[in-house]
Amino acid sequence: MRKLALSDDILLSIEKPARYIGGEINMIKKDPSMVDIRFCMCFPDVYEIGMSHLGIQILYDMLNLREDLYCERVYSPWIDLDKIMREEKIPLFALESQDPVKEFDFLGITLQYEMCYTNILQILDLAQIPLKAEERTTEDPFVIGGGPCAYNPEPIADFFDLFYIGEGETVYDDLMDAYKSWKCQKTGRQEFLKMAAQIPGIYVPQFYQPEYHEDGTLADFYKLIPEAPDTIIKQVERDMSHTFYPEKPLVPYIKVTQDRVVLEIQRGCIRGCRFCQAGMLYRPIRPRALEFLKQRAKSMLESTGHDEISLSSLSSSDYRELPDLVYWLIDEFHHKGVNISLPSLRIDAFALDVMSKVQDIRKSSLTFAPEAGSQRMRNVINKGLTEEMILKGAKDAFIGGWNRVKLYFMLGLPGETDADIEQIAVLSDKIAREYYEIPREQRNGKVNIVTSTSIFVPKPFTPFQWAPMISKESAEKKRFFLLDQVKKQLNAKSIKYNCHDADVSELEGVFARGDRRLCNVILEAYQNGCFYDAWSEYFQYDKWVQAFAVHGLDIDFYIKRERGEDEKFPWDFIDIGVSKQFLLNEYHQSMKETVTPNCREKCAGCGAAKFGCGVCVEDRSQ
Amino acid sequence: MKARLKFSKTGTMRFIGHLDLMRYFQKAFRRADIAISYSQGYSPHQLMSFASPLGIGLSSDAEYMDLVLEDTEQVSDFITRINVVMNDEITVTDFILLREEARSSMSVLAGCDYCIAVKPGKDSFLCEPARRKEMLEQFLGRESVLVLKKTKRSERMEDIRENIYCLTDSPEAFAAFTGRDCRTLSLEKGGYLPVLYCQLTAGSIVNIKPEQVLKALCEQEKETYDPFAYQIHRMEMYADIHAKKGEIHTLASEIPCSLAALSEFERIDSFQ
Ligand code: SF4
Ligand code: SF4
Repeated sequence: MRKLALSDDILLSIEKPARYIGGEINMIKKDPSMVDIRFCMCFPDVYEIGMSHLGIQILYDMLNLREDLYCERVYSPWIDLDKIMREEKIPLFALESQDPVKEFDFLGITLQYEMCYTNILQILDLAQIPLKAEERTTEDPFVIGGGPCAYNPEPIADFFDLFYIGEGETVYDDLMDAYKSWKCQKTGRQEFLKMAAQIPGIYVPQFYQPEYHEDGTLADFYKLIPEAPDTIIKQVERDMSHTFYPEKPLVPYIKVTQDRVVLEIQRGCIRGCRFCQAGMLYRPIRPRALEFLKQRAKSMLESTGHDEISLSSLSSSDYRELPDLVYWLIDEFHHKGVNISLPSLRIDAFALDVMSKVQDIRKSSLTFAPEAGSQRMRNVINKGLTEEMILKGAKDAFIGGWNRVKLYFMLGLPGETDADIEQIAVLSDKIAREYYEIPREQRNGKVNIVTSTSIFVPKPFTPFQWAPMISKESAEKKRFFLLDQVKKQLNAKSIKYNCHDADVSELEGVFARGDRRLCNVILEAYQNGCFYDAWSEYFQYDKWVQAFAVHGLDIDFYIKRERGEDEKFPWDFIDIGVSKQFLLNEYHQSMKETVTPNCREKCAGCGAAKFGCGVCVEDRSQ
Repeated sequence: MKARLKFSKTGTMRFIGHLDLMRYFQKAFRRADIAISYSQGYSPHQLMSFASPLGIGLSSDAEYMDLVLEDTEQVSDFITRINVVMNDEITVTDFILLREEARSSMSVLAGCDYCIAVKPGKDSFLCEPARRKEMLEQFLGRESVLVLKKTKRSERMEDIRENIYCLTDSPEAFAAFTGRDCRTLSLEKGGYLPVLYCQLTAGSIVNIKPEQVLKALCEQEKETYDPFAYQIHRMEMYADIHAKKGEIHTLASEIPCSLAALSEFERIDSFQ
């Protein structure tokens, strides 16, 4: 039998023991004693969520291509096992070898959302690694963070030895080579960090020092050693068709969130919606070649046996060869019972044709994300979707037999008025009216509209990074107002209104634009029992409020003020290509309700062209 | 084409539940490019079913799954093809083609063989051979063995004595009783100490679990039952060649049951 870190007694006393046994199909097996570097990749959430993440899969495959390295995985133990591991002092272990993580050279943690920050501390704690980087010795692994939240790493800076700013495909090799040469030298921890700091994209927080003004805003942020760079430039994979992409993804035993092949068709987005962080972080858009995608789709379906493939990208409709790819997939695989799912697809004639071929119309729903109810507000946020497009898409779909619609909006966007919110209800109703305009005999029962709102959270590196976020109280008012408006509509009975938890959003807002002083708040909250904050049933708002109070920090300071145009931000030392000046211009444009054309219509000169790839160098004449 | 697979499920795969095992096989068939027939209707699924779900934690050398193959082309090297795409703790050991009129494993299941072993590092009153002999003698001499049966609506006592066809601590005696070799257990590798072998009624009408027998033994011996101390290992599953639909025959019935392993029941041919 394969060695397991947990005894039968424990495995039989917890929920879903298969989360902890590893050994999944396509898992990479190496002899740990034969490699120079042991790397443990971590997604700080439960197995089913972590296993569904494409980024980890890409890095797992890429790192394991090195013969001198064994990359393994770990996820957050669920609450039941967490308790047992603490009681019995069982060190956190990697799934592959089942060896303790503390014996590894690196622990890489992917940072996908702010609400996982306490789970990072759980991982370190269970792994028996000192929580703060400064307390670690040569016996401990180097803890490295990456992913979207690494673009403002300051609220968790104390817990990491290094951060990787940019796309993982690019400089991991250099970092690993540097590590090997450091290991031979047998010098101190600092020596390696100094070497690492000189690799493009690597940020070593302990080599930098923030200072604050009386009012709490950042006064200065400077480096402490000459070797560290002043700015960290985001690392970009320039050629998406000649790079790492798994051919044999892992196949878990238990059902995970993404129980399917995921094919990333392009990275980045041309649209520049002003609230959207991903749209700015991953500029410029870089499509993968059609042939590359076909080849990978085939090999991944064959090697996993999955019965579904999902095309992933921020905005699939902007992939120019999408029809070619989708019809090819249908021809090749649909008769073998393979389903094709296309999230983020704009509803148009093509989308409806594809959906009618691959889905059961009666069960599937149409999804629109207008994000704002009124056209005025959609201009503010630069969302190119018009009411006309939505109604036309809905109407065509209704004629085609669909009767379920999902709508996504945000509440609390900058400058939002009651009239804008009312339009959310009105638009939902207009869609229902479209349905009842088609003749009764062509209808498929009643129409079913689900309107959801989330609270707008201003994020760094977006034009709204200066904007205030609404308070919990105001979010509550807006929700009730909208609920009332929905009830007033003619088709109120066909519209279901859902909303997102405001407590969690508030905290997400704090961390998104937070500074280094928050490290102690997060530590405090964790020590008082907060973790799995992303799971509403475990989120303990009161404990968080208390933790802020203990450290004399004010939630409102981070979210409620409009930031000054010349304010220094904690994340300013990172260069994502898109300039601060461009973002500020966009903020001004938003106040004028002026729309900025997308990258394919006209280059807006955001700054990302300096990477010399993707849409910035595309021929726009075609 | 109706077919039946026999497979083992051991080691870390003991922690994979029944539904996950179903998904595991569905994906394995796709990886092996073995065409399983699909059901009709809006959400078609592969036509496959298991004889009897194995609880989490149990191991087995004899699990059975029925399936319908699209064509007979894939029959010849079936076992090799499927095993290369699986992990080594779930291994297909037999592939059986069935007569067209064959009933499902689930509906013909009438009995199961189990081995009960004490796990490495655990202690049990069953470890001591002399005491074991004595208690088995007493147990088998009893008129009735009452166990508590809980259903959603009621709790009642039930006598399972007649459903215990064989209970012994001797592998030789058990082999003589079943006519099958019982020393090829995948269990024997890892420091487990086999202490009991039993054959019990199984199926959709009456299904006796080895845990129930163990508990009854504990009760008789005034010992506490520690579920973590034992590894229960399924060794074989049987159909009753006399039983018609809805009937159960036990050893004590007027027409006593006559068990045939599911791998031999309604079989027409086998390819290796
Ligand atoms: S379309 Fe807008 S919201 Fe969607 S990814 Fe692109 S920029 Fe972001
Ligand atoms: S430089 Fe121009 S084309 Fe390139 S990402 Fe920025 S706006 Fe788009």
